Amino acid sequence: MAHDTHHHEGSYLTPKGGPMTVIWDWATTVDHKKIGVMYLFAILFMFFLGGISAIFVRLELWEPTRIVEGVVQGQLFAQEGATSISAGNDIYNRIFTLHGAIMVFMVLVPSVPASLGNFFLPLLIGAKDVAFPRLNLLSWYIYVLGSLFAVTAIILGGVDTGWTFYTPYSTTTDLEYWRVAIMVLGAFILGFSSILTGLNFVVTVHKLRAPGMGWFDMPLFVWNIYAASILQVLATPVIGITLLLLVLERVLRIGIFDPALGGDPVLYQHFFWFYSHPVVYVMILPGMAIISEVITTHARKSMFGYRAMAYSGLGIAGVSFIVWGHHMFTSMSEAASVVFSALTFLVAIPTAVKVFNWTVTLYKGSIAVTTPMLYALIFLFLFAIGGLTGLPLGTLATDVHLHDSYFVVAHFHYVMMGGTLMALMAGLHHWWPKMFGKLYNEPVAKFAAIVVFLGFNLTFFTQFFIGVQGMPRRYASYPDAFTTLHQWSTIGSLMLLVGFLIHLFVFVHSLVAGRKAPQNPWGSLTLEWATDSPPPEHNFHHEPLVTHGPYDYESVVPPGMDPADYPIPGASPSATVVRSPAKPD
Amino acid sequence: MSTLHSKSDAPLWQKYKHGHHWRSQSEEFDGIKLGFWLFLATEILLFGGIFCAYAIFRAMYPGAWLEGSQSLDWRWGSINTVILLLSSYTAATAVFCAQTDRQKRLQLNLIITIICGGIFVAIKFLFEYTPKWSGYFFVLDPSFASHAAELTGNKAFFGLFQEVAGYGGKRPGELFGYPFATDPNIGLWWGIYYSGTALHALHVLVGMALLARVLVKSFKQTYGPTYYTGVEIAALYWHLVDLIWIFLFPMLYLIH
Repeated sequence: MAHDTHHHEGSYLTPKGGPMTVIWDWATTVDHKKIGVMYLFAILFMFFLGGISAIFVRLELWEPTRIVEGVVQGQLFAQEGATSISAGNDIYNRIFTLHGAIMVFMVLVPSVPASLGNFFLPLLIGAKDVAFPRLNLLSWYIYVLGSLFAVTAIILGGVDTGWTFYTPYSTTTDLEYWRVAIMVLGAFILGFSSILTGLNFVVTVHKLRAPGMGWFDMPLFVWNIYAASILQVLATPVIGITLLLLVLERVLRIGIFDPALGGDPVLYQHFFWFYSHPVVYVMILPGMAIISEVITTHARKSMFGYRAMAYSGLGIAGVSFIVWGHHMFTSMSEAASVVFSALTFLVAIPTAVKVFNWTVTLYKGSIAVTTPMLYALIFLFLFAIGGLTGLPLGTLATDVHLHDSYFVVAHFHYVMMGGTLMALMAGLHHWWPKMFGKLYNEPVAKFAAIVVFLGFNLTFFTQFFIGVQGMPRRYASYPDAFTTLHQWSTIGSLMLLVGFLIHLFVFVHSLVAGRKAPQNPWGSLTLEWATDSPPPEHNFHHEPLVTHGPYDYESVVPPGMDPADYPIPGASPSATVVRSPAKPD
Repeated sequence: MSTLHSKSDAPLWQKYKHGHHWRSQSEEFDGIKLGFWLFLATEILLFGGIFCAYAIFRAMYPGAWLEGSQSLDWRWGSINTVILLLSSYTAATAVFCAQTDRQKRLQLNLIITIICGGIFVAIKFLFEYTPKWSGYFFVLDPSFASHAAELTGNKAFFGLFQEVAGYGGKRPGELFGYPFATDPNIGLWWGIYYSGTALHALHVLVGMALLARVLVKSFKQTYGPTYYTGVEIAALYWHLVDLIWIFLFPMLYLIH
């Protein structure tokens, strides 16, 4: 898209010379928009790798393993004529670890903040860039380096520990190779990238808001990214030291997590989840950030309970630090389990505040069912299911039955994929015209969204039932009774693949042949729509002066729109956010 | 013409231009400082993992912790503590000198700080790690010498440089177990000791590199009353390195 010639002169996408110059320009850029785009493509590539491995996992589960006349059947990864029932298990373990590690560390954690957050956080607060542009570029290179470590481990044969690297298994498996150590180092390096992004955003929000924008004039996207950034800064160092100790454990045998040397494997779990639970909210808060923008814009309504929405993001961030124990109910004392269970339920309060407020915002709004809005509605639906199925997992009595089953798998896919990734899709379609200055094919995108929605529910709703009936996670085979549900699930995953491929086609088509996007295609009030599509190099032709709230749809004509189309009583047509006429100088 | 001339003659710190996305130089300074404090918070949390593991295993294996801390010579630890405290003072003075445009003293204080860091690392490696790995003690403390003699049964234990029978090869990890160990979990103590102190020593080296970079730039009069961000940041980092040692020292050397 860097070679496109149709866009406004002076946009950040305008090539500065020949192909080599353009490549060098992108590789050394400190422009948050380019870095956001580079992150987006890197993350989408890793999403593709993780998605393909998920398809292999589902294909393996198409049939249970059977021994027919001494030969294994129904094992995708078993060699021809294998006779052992566990013939393909090793490969299966590596494939699902690959899926989990890639999706968590390389897709979900950086997905929204590093791509859309990088691009739009400065625009939404009217800043020229993030606080530390060079650090921003560094964090992208660290991300690539960490991903290369992980890919190296995969090329060398893969890791079979599961994405959680639980000890003592992770300290005793794969001893003659370095694959686990390389993979763990990769995750350790990715942590630095995450910390730098979070730190950058916190300072940007504190110091670079446009004149006139107080804390409670910020769009909720900024509030939620801010909450997630604080989590990234405060939680990631803990996984850093954990993974470092794990590597030392493997290399030097220091014994901290190894029971044979007096160490404590449960200590690893505590350390791991002290990071990895808050990081669940690093994943979902930016998703919530997107949904807040999409719902207000496409329903043309002011956000119901703005302050409650702002505080609930911080509330989720705060509570997330004191609930990690619910991942270890079976390896803690009863008293500790009861306390952690009670604390876990606290998360439901700020989360429900958000879901109810979005729903009430929709009430009596003039809803335009665009692709972003469709995905926002999908998010609400799926996230509600994901959230409610979290409650039986936080309840001690039911968790004993449900833990480590497909119920858990279904639950966190509803939250992570149904939540974060659907929100990412909403945001991607919402901001695509701004990012690349091109419109996309709405009907086809909407069709793909419906395919994804149906495929998703087919894949994961079935897994709730399989889980309740007792199917443990991470197994390559299962009793015959589960066959039908597993096959529905696999069909659903193939539907998901098709849906995402259609989306890919829509995006590529938009870049190649899309119509030119206007400045403000959705009639949104936030600042990024007050500048060109795609934005100029320095974001705004003049520093914006903020004169109204981000969601004052009842009283302000959106920037770049014809006041005649907005018969708002009492609104002045000059009530735009840009102080001076937005003409390139 | 004359104004142009005097401008080019002005020291670098007067000509500093802040980044284009900041509204003013003071906002840039505040922003960088806020960002760096956040970074320091991540460092505390990083070491928090080690402190946490220390506390847990101390509660689980008090015997191993008693024996382990008695095998460390508190005098080397004290000397290193004094050195780091002194260097923190010179680091703070360096910031003051930059703020008041005392260029020579700024450089001097930076050099002293870096040298102190070097001495700290040298003592750590030459007199603490190496002897433990190769089986001898560099003894300053007579009471410790008699304790070690008691442990080893080696009565001829005097002088500064003592080889201790059976104390060789005391590397971190599973290899760490010696014949006269009274607690089977002593290896964990050394795991924590080496992880914590080595990670800290790594931070000392990084801090020295930061200070060296600031020193090189200070020769060109980069820092002065209106621009001293680099000195401030390097000094902040150095204080953190100092602070972590202030916790590591009593935990490892003093508490029995």
